[in-house]
Amino acid sequence: MAEKVLMKGNEAIAEAAILAGCRHYFGYPITPQTEIAAYMAKKMPKIGGTFLQAESEIAAINMVYGVSSTGKRVMTSSSSPGISLKSEGLSYLAGADLPALVVNVQRGGPGLGGIQPSQSDYFQATRGAGHGDFRMIVLAPASVQEMAELTVKGFELADEYRMTSLILADGTMGQMMEPVSLDITVKPQPEKPWAVTGTKCARFHNSINSLSLVPEELEKFNSDRYERYAKVEANEAMAEEYMVDDAEVVIAAFGIAARVSKNAVNEARKQGIKAGLIRPITLWPFPKEVFADAAKHAKAFISVELSMGQMIEDVRLSTRCRVPVTLCNRAGGMIPSPEQVLAAIKQANGGEA
Amino acid sequence: MNKRITLFCGHYGSGKTNIAVNYALALRKQYDRVAIADLDIVNPYFRTKDSSEDLAKAGIELICSPYAGSNVDFPALPQEIYQITDDKDLRVVIDVGGDDRGALALGRLAPAIWEERDFEMLAVVNRFRPLTPDAASAVEVLSEIRAASGLPFTGIVNNSNLGEETTAEDVLSSVRYAEEIENVTGLPLVMTCVKYDLLPALESKIDNLFPLVLQEKPTTFSAKTGNS
Repeated sequence: MAEKVLMKGNEAIAEAAILAGCRHYFGYPITPQTEIAAYMAKKMPKIGGTFLQAESEIAAINMVYGVSSTGKRVMTSSSSPGISLKSEGLSYLAGADLPALVVNVQRGGPGLGGIQPSQSDYFQATRGAGHGDFRMIVLAPASVQEMAELTVKGFELADEYRMTSLILADGTMGQMMEPVSLDITVKPQPEKPWAVTGTKCARFHNSINSLSLVPEELEKFNSDRYERYAKVEANEAMAEEYMVDDAEVVIAAFGIAARVSKNAVNEARKQGIKAGLIRPITLWPFPKEVFADAAKHAKAFISVELSMGQMIEDVRLSTRCRVPVTLCNRAGGMIPSPEQVLAAIKQANGGEA
Repeated sequence: MNKRITLFCGHYGSGKTNIAVNYALALRKQYDRVAIADLDIVNPYFRTKDSSEDLAKAGIELICSPYAGSNVDFPALPQEIYQITDDKDLRVVIDVGGDDRGALALGRLAPAIWEERDFEMLAVVNRFRPLTPDAASAVEVLSEIRAASGLPFTGIVNNSNLGEETTAEDVLSSVRYAEEIENVTGLPLVMTCVKYDLLPALESKIDNLFPLVLQEKPTTFSAKTGNS
């Protein structure tokens, strides 16, 4: 096994993207994800790739559209306000069934907000990334190692389903440094017979487009796309379960919130409370079945989030409101403390906070 | 530790800030007036300012931009910056921003520091960082910093580490790396940094060890408040 290196989460994403065969990066700097662009700026010229600082986020996402049309692996990254700017491009990518990797290292919002970590773009990522009927595969890393691994996975899923994969990280994940093994297996890239690569007069020309003026046809495109989405939902949901088997109080948390929560679960167990943690790794597709199963024995769920409570809606839907789901949160760039989560566990368990 | 000004420069994420804070605390045991100057104009996170409580408690002056630690992402320098070169009774540790872009901030002070000739400019290296895994790549970063800063390096600090997971073997495996950088640059290895718990295992094996206290993480129960 290769030796580990000490990396920031942002650097791990950049290096893993290169590992996955991505040779085109377009972006515009924004804290707290700037190291992705900085790393690409240093590395891409040395390996024959393209790093381009676009004039705006909107330009960058449209450059992604262009490269993806040719069948090459391509990515962009930004932080919350910048992802909002990319919104139109994300919808166009979906409308043209183009694979791409997009990274959102979230910061506190709405508006320009602040530069401290947040998870308040959950709705945007899982529901409303842009106009029209479409989905993105949303991956939520909880360590620097996972920042690397899910980047590779993101490219693979994007190609397989011709969708955008979004890495939904946050400021802490982007900035924290941890040892990483880059010994990550990358599957061979699939053929892309739809790509615009020049016909060489040997085939009919391909066309990449999201315009569709005949409503019957547009309806068909949407239906076909949703058949693909159904496959993603059936095959690709991922979650980590931690001490869930006998848990009476189950925490739902992703990313940095899951790391805080794991420490709180450990402490609760020490104090004799049967606590557990479900950490969704894919936020879309949401790991519904894991939650539905846990709802059979748990008496309460707690959604721990760095937002005013967004994932909690999916937790309630997945558990079909069989048991109470409460929120334990901080917002605006604040992080819940393990003490706060432990207090919420005790309260849910029927004791005093 | 016998020069009036000690500068820590290096690749971003090499550990400059952590070393600078620990170094200032160690200096304070020998000198009455010690200041730490945060000249980082690149990174809004992980600033010397984060340690302001510990520094104040130890009686160390903090020279930093009013925007440091405020989340206002400005590449600003503090107005007190000239204290570093004008106040000759002050021992100063300078925490320079990462890479050549960070070292650019030194440009304004470099002539006065050079004229006084009472400084140590230390290159912090970590072989476990992805862009400086070998002597050649580390030296490349150092020469970029040298060009931007206007000051020559006088020594090397080996801070090879994998964060909290660092083992004694990791540190030992970096000795050759540090020696190679010594050979290529002709600069002396001034010290090797290790976290405190590795000190006993390495004391007899590496000269000039400098022990570091690492900063607390927000995901764990706070040692200060207890966990009950």
